[in-house]
Amino acid sequence: MSYLEYNTKRMPAGLAKVLYVNWPLVALLIAVAGYGFIMLYSVAGGNATPWAEPQLKRFAAGLVIMFVVAFVPLWFWRSIAGLAYAVSILLLIGVEFFGSVGMGAKRWLEIGPLRLQPSELAKITTIMALAAYYDWLDLKKTSRLLWVLLAALIAVVPALLVVRQPDLGTAMLIALGGGVVIFAAGVHWAYFAAILGAGVAVVTAVLQSRGTEWQILKDYQYRRIDAFLDPTLDPLGAGYHINQSMIALGSGGWSGRGFMEGTQARLNFLPEKHTDFIFTTLAEEFGFVGASSLLLLYMLIMGVCLLSALNTTSRFGALLITGVTGTFFLYFAVNMAMVMGLAPVVGVPLPLVSYGGSAMIVLMVGFGLVQSAHIHHARLPS
Amino acid sequence: MKRTEREKEFSQRVISRRGLLLGSVQLGIAGTLLWRLRDMQLNQAEQFHLLAEENRINLRLLPPVRGLIFDRNGVLLAGNEQNYRVVMKRDDAGDIDLVLSRLAQLIPLTEDDIERARRDMLRNRPFVPVTVAERLNWDEISRIAANAPALPGVTPEMGLSRYYPLYEDTAHVVGYVGPVSERDLEALEAPDPVLMIPRFQIGKSGVERMQEETLRGRAGSQRVEVNAVGRVMRELDRVEGTPGDNVHLTIDAKLQNYALERLHGQSAAAVVMDVETGDILALASGPSFDPNLFVRGISSTDFRGLLDNEFRPLVNKTVQGLYPPGSTFKMVTALAALEAAATDGQETVFCPGHMDIAGHRFHCWRRGGHGRVGMVAALAQSCDVYFYEMSQRCGIDKINEMSTRLGLGIRYDLPITSVSAGLNPTREWKQRNRNADWRIGDTINASIGQGYVLTTPLQLAVMTARLASNKAVLPRLLRDPLERAEREMASLDLRPEWLRLIRRGMVDTVNHQRGTAYSSRVVAEGQMMAGKTGTSQVFSITRAEREAGIRRQEDLPWNRRNHALFVDYAPVDNPRFAVAVVVEHGMGGSSAAAPIGRDITLAALNGGVPPLSAYPAPQRNRIRAEQIELEERLRAPEAMRVSRA
Repeated sequence: MSYLEYNTKRMPAGLAKVLYVNWPLVALLIAVAGYGFIMLYSVAGGNATPWAEPQLKRFAAGLVIMFVVAFVPLWFWRSIAGLAYAVSILLLIGVEFFGSVGMGAKRWLEIGPLRLQPSELAKITTIMALAAYYDWLDLKKTSRLLWVLLAALIAVVPALLVVRQPDLGTAMLIALGGGVVIFAAGVHWAYFAAILGAGVAVVTAVLQSRGTEWQILKDYQYRRIDAFLDPTLDPLGAGYHINQSMIALGSGGWSGRGFMEGTQARLNFLPEKHTDFIFTTLAEEFGFVGASSLLLLYMLIMGVCLLSALNTTSRFGALLITGVTGTFFLYFAVNMAMVMGLAPVVGVPLPLVSYGGSAMIVLMVGFGLVQSAHIHHARLPS
Repeated sequence: MKRTEREKEFSQRVISRRGLLLGSVQLGIAGTLLWRLRDMQLNQAEQFHLLAEENRINLRLLPPVRGLIFDRNGVLLAGNEQNYRVVMKRDDAGDIDLVLSRLAQLIPLTEDDIERARRDMLRNRPFVPVTVAERLNWDEISRIAANAPALPGVTPEMGLSRYYPLYEDTAHVVGYVGPVSERDLEALEAPDPVLMIPRFQIGKSGVERMQEETLRGRAGSQRVEVNAVGRVMRELDRVEGTPGDNVHLTIDAKLQNYALERLHGQSAAAVVMDVETGDILALASGPSFDPNLFVRGISSTDFRGLLDNEFRPLVNKTVQGLYPPGSTFKMVTALAALEAAATDGQETVFCPGHMDIAGHRFHCWRRGGHGRVGMVAALAQSCDVYFYEMSQRCGIDKINEMSTRLGLGIRYDLPITSVSAGLNPTREWKQRNRNADWRIGDTINASIGQGYVLTTPLQLAVMTARLASNKAVLPRLLRDPLERAEREMASLDLRPEWLRLIRRGMVDTVNHQRGTAYSSRVVAEGQMMAGKTGTSQVFSITRAEREAGIRRQEDLPWNRRNHALFVDYAPVDNPRFAVAVVVEHGMGGSSAAAPIGRDITLAALNGGVPPLSAYPAPQRNRIRAEQIELEERLRAPEAMRVSRA
């Protein structure tokens, strides 16, 4: 690359940034959220309240936040990555001591009128921290044991703090999201093979510890595992959710039972039909056509972001995009696998579709970062 | 970190390679999800659709309307009452204690009610509705409806429940209904699915139980769409059930009421029977109980009270109570002797007040003796020695035979529960049950209705009816209202000259100056009565008691006193009714049982409280006073209105 060429490249600035926004991504996000509004309207029995309307407002707010984050220069995000990570770790520790309890778990931190869910924040900050770490790290050291361990620590510490809340689903998303960044940064294969081996060992340990004094998970989490392994075991207890979900999903058929005609959802056989199990409702009412088209939209988002990551010249930006989209993928893949009976019920929402505030805002912040990385890199004038 | 161009290129290459790799892994996972989706939604859709329908549609049984029970004139004895009740579901209520306490401020709920509702809710699945209160009036229901927002999970419902408008009058005959128990279900081979309806009630005793099949009817069905917690969202279709058939009894509700009130204050039983048809007009066992308590679910205090009462209100003494018949049995002994040609009935026997048999002295109830008595006088004055003599002559086998012929020792097939066979002791019976030979002393005891002989008041009424009609009268309680022709009973084939003697003895018992029931005679023309008193020993006064100065029955505790019995038929010339009365521990048949028997007989003949003119003039003032007291207790005529067209 010649000096001349270098000079001809430039970074978009000011209002010009609008032209460099990844507009296909914005359109796809709106389309996916649209599925959410329709389904939330349906599960409320054809009412905008209590879910569809607040969700719409929240998504609008999310879009605004996304654009704000997007237009802030990437270097700013890189420079605060370490600080943001440290703050979220402190908040997670705060939850440990001052958190408020709800639904058998301690997840919330109340600071004055604010209700924070630090575990949601940690999803993004962990990715930011790792992306910044690998941007800073000498490329030659990428696969050195000490530096790999340090990276692993960055991912594992928040995950462990979240497991203790306990929130297995989110912890897993944090750890795996971090793993995606480490993987994308080019760490040697052998480490991942070792992690896989260790993972098998941990699963064995978790299962073996059951009923002993050092039992690792809570009883209800074990019951979920049991129900996952054999939902028919206890159709009214632990396996109820999965069974009913599969019935709803399967009964949708090719084109579904019709908008607002899903009996499983309408008659409340579906648990959490507006949150974790909203995909089931979609599959019941719009069938294979509706469900697979949503999956397609998600994969298009993945594709668009992958292109963006391949094109960017910023290492930080590319890693950030890979991490955020990797987490996004885990969200919907785990959620769908869960409602289809392929994964345990871990309480992961369907991104942008499930009703819920903090997850949506955090995701939109994430996509804001993706957009920022997309906008803020030097390119040849077109 | 500042990087060289080479490093930057390397970094980009690595990220691109790894990014594409990640992308393909993700694509692979998405493909798996899509494949799974296709498998479930396209290949197994049918199967899942079926499961969804099964989830959604519930088949519910509609309880049939239970048949009604009427008396012989069409007075309602058991009906169905529309009532409002309040049901509550745990999962809709949330904090059940809070909701129950709010409910208790709106409608009267006892601690017991609340505790039971709580327990039922916690025991059942959370969506099962539990009845908190029943039989609410419109005001109470309106109050609940008005406060509905503060009472989550509480719903007012309307339903039919059984009620017995005559309260305790026919409790032992009609019985009562109650919820189906596990034991009820186990007892049935193929239980009617209607029994599975929550809160469905079946007959637990009496006619309600024995005529269950007739009264129950057939369940209807309803297909409803339900949601996950079992709440009905809408009805898809419905097939109405068939109501149960009505049952008509031979009981005369008015006479039944009179009889029961006449027994008031005593532990006693009275039976009134038509001597020709065997129709049971009254079957009164006192004290009685209110069957409505059982339908509502009797409180443990009330139930304990009934169980602990020494007069045993729950026992139907008319068919379940076993009493030594005492002297009312003497007609059997007399007829047995006549049939065995052991006497011609005119011959007299000398009664010195006792008789020595096999080294044992058997006393007559009158210590001074009756002197020379024939059969008629022996019956009228109830001379024991005469019957000791007769029984020795004819033997126990003849007495057994006659006893059976007159309807004793037989279990009658009546549609009520716990009908007893009594005991008509034979040689074989004693051999089998007491492992001993029959002794002459046993025969002597049996001749005056003591020893092993046990009868029920119903059997005594049957015996009396048979003596009055010379027909093998069988008691009946069910009446087919369409059946116009009365049943023709087989003849008993007792020789008229024998029956003349027996009846003469019974007429004299009541109407001869020296008769044991002379004070209970009837003076009204055409209503004259013939009867027989009986006083049966429950315990004999022990030597120790005698030495302690106890000589008279009055000195004994109630439950050791003698039973008082009386049987009669009337009118003498053209018998219509046979009556049997037993007053437990009433001490004397002539003093305790005969006046009751007379009043009930007169009530049957007069269709209500007897006219004073039927009583001997000197007794009228006392009788009038008794009647005034009794009339206050009698059920109002409005309650006895004929409700059947």
